[in-house]
Amino acid sequence: MNKKGKIADSKADIIYPIVGFIAFFLVISFLITLIIDILIDGFEKLVDPSFYTSYPSRFPEKAGILSGWVGTMLVMAGAIFWSLIIGIPAGIYLEEYATKRGIIGKIESIIELNINNLAAVPAIIYGLLALGIFVYRFKFGESILTAGLTLSILMLPVIVVNTREAIRRIPRDIREGAYAVGATKWDTVRDHILPYSLGGILTGLIIAASRAIGETAPLVTIGALTFIAFLPPAPFVSEFPFFSPEKAWELFMSPFTVLPIQIFNWVSRPQAAFQINAAAAGFVLLVLTVLMNALAYYYRQKVRRKYIW
Amino acid sequence: MLSFITRKKILDRLMLAVFFTAGFITIFITIGIVFVLLSDSVKFFQEVSIKDFLTEKEWTPVFATKKFGVWPLVAGTFLIAAIAMLVSIPLGILIAIYLSEYASVRVKEIAKPIIEFMEAIPTVVYGYFTLLFVTPILQKIVPNLEAFNSLAPGIVLGFMILPYTASMAEDSMKGVPQRIREASYALGATKLRTAITIVIPAAISGIVAGFILGASRAIGETMVVAIAAGMYPNLTLDPREPIQTMTGYIVQVALGDLPYGSIEYLSIFAVGLALFIIAFIFNSIALWLRSRIREAY
Repeated sequence: MNKKGKIADSKADIIYPIVGFIAFFLVISFLITLIIDILIDGFEKLVDPSFYTSYPSRFPEKAGILSGWVGTMLVMAGAIFWSLIIGIPAGIYLEEYATKRGIIGKIESIIELNINNLAAVPAIIYGLLALGIFVYRFKFGESILTAGLTLSILMLPVIVVNTREAIRRIPRDIREGAYAVGATKWDTVRDHILPYSLGGILTGLIIAASRAIGETAPLVTIGALTFIAFLPPAPFVSEFPFFSPEKAWELFMSPFTVLPIQIFNWVSRPQAAFQINAAAAGFVLLVLTVLMNALAYYYRQKVRRKYIW
Repeated sequence: MLSFITRKKILDRLMLAVFFTAGFITIFITIGIVFVLLSDSVKFFQEVSIKDFLTEKEWTPVFATKKFGVWPLVAGTFLIAAIAMLVSIPLGILIAIYLSEYASVRVKEIAKPIIEFMEAIPTVVYGYFTLLFVTPILQKIVPNLEAFNSLAPGIVLGFMILPYTASMAEDSMKGVPQRIREASYALGATKLRTAITIVIPAAISGIVAGFILGASRAIGETMVVAIAAGMYPNLTLDPREPIQTMTGYIVQVALGDLPYGSIEYLSIFAVGLALFIIAFIFNSIALWLRSRIREAY
């Protein structure tokens, strides 16, 4: 390299960090602009308490997000429930139980490959799956049950990956110690693996839920309604045992809307007044997402400090 | 009464079965996807020939004379993905080199979660922002930009996929052993020269895998394009015109009341199958590239 080239090179080393930082700053500005834009656009509705307690309406000034946020909570509860009974156990199996030998080993590698592939499937394809299977073939209809199942499938790859990572961090000595005093595999999982990895597993669950809460496309595909002017029935009754299975079933099968779908509906309308509602609801959704991500981030740091092997 | 040990052993077997079942069930998700897409697509292709689907240049399922040529939707999808990549690759590489070679640990600790957060923002919020903020601003700069276009969604998607293009590139650059950098410095190369001629070539499989996953994400993204790109199947390369993507079409049909088994109902599964195949190809290439990383050193 000639001398001129060297000088140009060393100048580049001074200039590049500035260029790189500007590129990164561009991303931050984009993010801040987005947040401020929807905050300003939706401000007048955000500070109006009746916005949170009103049903959607054809009059934009009366319309609110009551059925939206109640629907979001119910659908997310369903999604988290299914993740607890399928996603987390599947992750535990792959990391802790997998034998990797013989026919079972073949099945295990198929499960593993399958979950890796699911992570890359576009969300709307899950909507088509749910439409074809849950709505029309299982006859669950366009219900809260269908929506919860759909979102739990979306959450599955994230949950499995996080569960496995949390378990992998536990050193082998812990397991050997448990086996040495006569514990079975399940004893070890219950008394050691689960307690030590719980933080990491829950972090994964929160991250997955924060992605699912903003999902719109798969729920549009299964036919979530945008105009719901009632709440699903509460599964409680006044006489003992205060819980009615019929009403609970009615709740699961009830039609629903969720915040993202409500926003989509309002954005698509020509009247500008509805766009204020869309911005306000969008900000609510964004705050929920930020809170969940911050919680997961904080929790992850805390867990990492708690167990240092 | 069974002995304590026997009971323990039975419980242990039982729990193994429970965990295995949970893992096994996940296979049925893929089987379900393939089954639904194939079975309803087959019904669709009984009414519309595959040849027409792949060779016609018009997509007019709601008109009196229905034409089902998938190309306008595919073109719209790839046009938006291409714009997204044009934004995301340069920005992603600039940020990745900065974070991996120059930035202090503190900057990195703040920067990574912020970039990862770009993907956590609900896409419907991005859609609102694209339609009502980005497009009006672009209309002042770009002449003849229509209210629905592919430029604005493309740019926003470019930012949205930065977790793949910037963050994954940074991860693979970080994976390049420090000793290789030191060797380059020892020969008198500066940091930037080392980054461009040593680190990036060494990490290229991982970087390109990230780009491909990002592109795949942009192709499958739905809400931003459904809100801001229009609902107009348009075989064009002009980013100022409204278009429709494959995902946008599925949403448009799903929003209406679709009678089970009708041709419109079946058509979204055919489009979904095409989308699934495209995503599968992209993902397989990315996985193959990532498996090559280990061979590098």
